[in-house]
Amino acid sequence: MAQAFLILAMAGVTFLTRYLLLALLGRWQLPQGLSRWLAHVPTAAFTVIVVRGTLAPQGQVDVDPHSPYLWGALAAGLVAWRSKNVLLTIAAGLAGLWLTRVLL
Amino acid sequence: MDADTPFTTGLGSDFWSGVRAALPLWLGITPYGLAFGLLGRTVGLSDAATQAMSLLVFAGSAQFLALGLIGGGASYLLIVLTTLVINLRHLLYAASLGPCLGKLPERWKPAVAFLLTDEAYAVTIDRFRRPGAMPSRAFYLGVGLAMYTDWNVSTALGLALGSLVPDPAALGLDFALPATFIGLLAPQLHSRAAWATLVVAGVAVLALSSLPGRLDVLTAIILAATAGWGVETWLRHS
Repeated sequence: MAQAFLILAMAGVTFLTRYLLLALLGRWQLPQGLSRWLAHVPTAAFTVIVVRGTLAPQGQVDVDPHSPYLWGALAAGLVAWRSKNVLLTIAAGLAGLWLTRVLL
Repeated sequence: MDADTPFTTGLGSDFWSGVRAALPLWLGITPYGLAFGLLGRTVGLSDAATQAMSLLVFAGSAQFLALGLIGGGASYLLIVLTTLVINLRHLLYAASLGPCLGKLPERWKPAVAFLLTDEAYAVTIDRFRRPGAMPSRAFYLGVGLAMYTDWNVSTALGLALGSLVPDPAALGLDFALPATFIGLLAPQLHSRAAWATLVVAGVAVLALSSLPGRLDVLTAIILAATAGWGVETWLRHS
């Protein structure tokens, strides 16, 4: 039941961000400064997800040079930088993680 | 009909040309939806709740972030707030896409809004920027519904696979999510402001990790976006 409320609330705020400016179309525009700030939110959010998933996979920060997650992230980062291909990046990340688990 | 046919051939064909334009993106979104379906259970979401999230929220990065926050024991209020902040970027999309769709009748707006994702925006705006393109809501709805269908079918497949893989973390599948975002981040790092955002986000989320109730995630996102905005503003004026 609590999960239902959470999901409805998430759906509500998400819909609001999508609908608000369509509803106000022609009547109100996003201020320049705010739209330049918003443009940086995806990079910020994606980085947070990557850093937490890599250095705090179990929730608490754990910087360990033997961590398979760390090596998986390095492999994924290298392939992402060279290829700009998301599928190859995921494959490289998982391969790096599995290799480290087997070798270290 | 090839992909470059302008939108003058009627609503039905516009719709299907939107669906076709979205198909290449299925390659990228399907593994992501599979991973979402697979991971829901690992943080204690019921299968129904996991599917409902894809059906009703339909926002991949927010849904994944929510999984991490639920797993980390964040309060529901904080999860909803974080969802709001990460989805604020839709304001940008709506502001940019709205005028392209011509005079939009009020009754179309909720449907156009509900289907507004990073992908639907990118595909549609790319099409509208081509010379000779006419505004078409049917094209946009084709893209949006194709993405919606793929996201929900792959979530359902992930849930089905989840019953075969009782512990996805043991296979390292919990890493599919950060790996996906590494792939999505790479093309964004084209400016010094973007690098500043990345560095501040990474340092802040680690430095603030002892904040109670996973407040670190939201705080780091706000600090980092502000840093990116600041560097961009500073570079403009110097």
